[in-house]
Amino acid sequence: MGYRRRKAEETFFKVLMIGSTLIIAGSLLLIMGTIVVKGFPALNLAMITQTPKGGYYLGKEGGILNAIVGSLELAGGATLLALLLSLPIVLYINVYARRKSRLAVFTRFSLDVLWGIPSIVYGAFGFILMMMIGLRTSLLAGIITVALLELPIMARAMDEVVRLVPSSLRDASASLGATRLETAFHVVVRQCLPGIITAVLIAFGRGIGDAASVLLTAGYSDRIPGALTQPAATLPLAIFFQLGTPYPEVQARAYASAAILTFLILAISLLSRWFSRKFQKNTIK
Amino acid sequence: MNPQTHISIRNLSVSYGRQKVLKDVSLDIPDRKVTAIIGPSGCGKTTLLKTMNRLLDGQDGVTIEGEVLVDGENIYDPKIEVTRVRKKMGLLSQKPQVLPMSIFDNIAYGPRIHGVRDKTRLMAIAQRQLQASGLWEEVKDRLHEPASRLSVGQQQRLCLARGLAVEPEIILGDEPTSALDPQSSRIVEQRLVELKAEYTVIVVTHILRQARRIADYIAFLYLGELVEHGPAADVFAAPKDPRMKAYLTGEIS
Repeated sequence: MGYRRRKAEETFFKVLMIGSTLIIAGSLLLIMGTIVVKGFPALNLAMITQTPKGGYYLGKEGGILNAIVGSLELAGGATLLALLLSLPIVLYINVYARRKSRLAVFTRFSLDVLWGIPSIVYGAFGFILMMMIGLRTSLLAGIITVALLELPIMARAMDEVVRLVPSSLRDASASLGATRLETAFHVVVRQCLPGIITAVLIAFGRGIGDAASVLLTAGYSDRIPGALTQPAATLPLAIFFQLGTPYPEVQARAYASAAILTFLILAISLLSRWFSRKFQKNTIK
Repeated sequence: MNPQTHISIRNLSVSYGRQKVLKDVSLDIPDRKVTAIIGPSGCGKTTLLKTMNRLLDGQDGVTIEGEVLVDGENIYDPKIEVTRVRKKMGLLSQKPQVLPMSIFDNIAYGPRIHGVRDKTRLMAIAQRQLQASGLWEEVKDRLHEPASRLSVGQQQRLCLARGLAVEPEIILGDEPTSALDPQSSRIVEQRLVELKAEYTVIVVTHILRQARRIADYIAFLYLGELVEHGPAADVFAAPKDPRMKAYLTGEIS
């Protein structure tokens, strides 16, 4: 192949790569820009300090504190529940089960399939579950459903980092007379802590941003949920309901709500990055 | 059994899947001596070493037949607690493998899991073992820094100190100097020789000169077979098997 042709090939793919990178960075900026520009006029202190007053959805005063608190409680609870289930799964398939164990292979396959199931299906499944155990639309029902939604994402993201722990590191712990459990908690978890934090964050972001799974399970309420058995408002649904009204000022509030949600996720993302850097210093490269 | 034998390997065969990597090996390893396992790469040296603290157990497709007696007790007996077997042995791997924690915690890890909780006692153990492995002066002011910041040579000495902290009887080394610079290699080698006063030392090495320098006893493996073994002086001076001779003259390596 001639030099000229190889050079053209190089240029073509370089342009393609840079172009794709710019598109992704540009999309983020565009989305952020739209939310800020459209939502900024409606963004005020009342939005984040008050619950909806009468006639809020017609453009009268109030805020979406109910949805902010609801979302944080719901996604926080769901993430905690998902973590309590993910960590044992991941440690089992990586530290206890043999590398090619059928159970481990089947578990990974299940998680991959579950990852792909649309959230509305989780919502419907959660709804059926609620009916079976006699639970009404409530914070608890929402937490359980969103935890199921987050579980495969969290477990699989953790699995990818835990798998990379070299067997020689586990052998080093074992040869000091450690049991598998001690190796799992004191060595494997520590080594993977930055990755585990990232996995938790990804799952939290997915959970707090999902509307379909909470629609039927957590319900919606203008009050801040005071108990697990009360219905809870969430930001994605707040956006959905406000965007669906015919009033421009309420629609602007939807964008303002989206901005609040985005900033929440951004803040948590930065916080977890800081945490994971803090724990990275001990990681063996 | 010979009273000076510490580990006695009886008709040991190991296969990975269908491939047999150790064939009917029987070997007595003397107490408080340096035993070097030598042979060309891929001959089963590391496998033999790993069978001694049951590190091969959890791996896929590994079958182990035969017996390994440590202090007269078969460690492959199903009634034996594997963590107790491993506690008796400190392991140095090819590439030093420090744990993802501070220098102090690396050493305290072993004693802690075996029930030592007292801080001053842990610190005393850390100091003693770091001194024994010649690292104390270099790290005494930064015990709480991550162990991963140490140089590779220092890491290997830390691994030695960590192994000694669980009060083992045996030190296993799997080419413990192969990743180190000459200076650190010499220190580690020297420590291993000094340690035979209290411990049984077993070292896998592919460096013939190293075996000559440190070994009291030699086991030569070739293609999974134990070809020749005996006191180092005898084996090096008058090798009996032609394959051993060929290895010593460098015809096979």
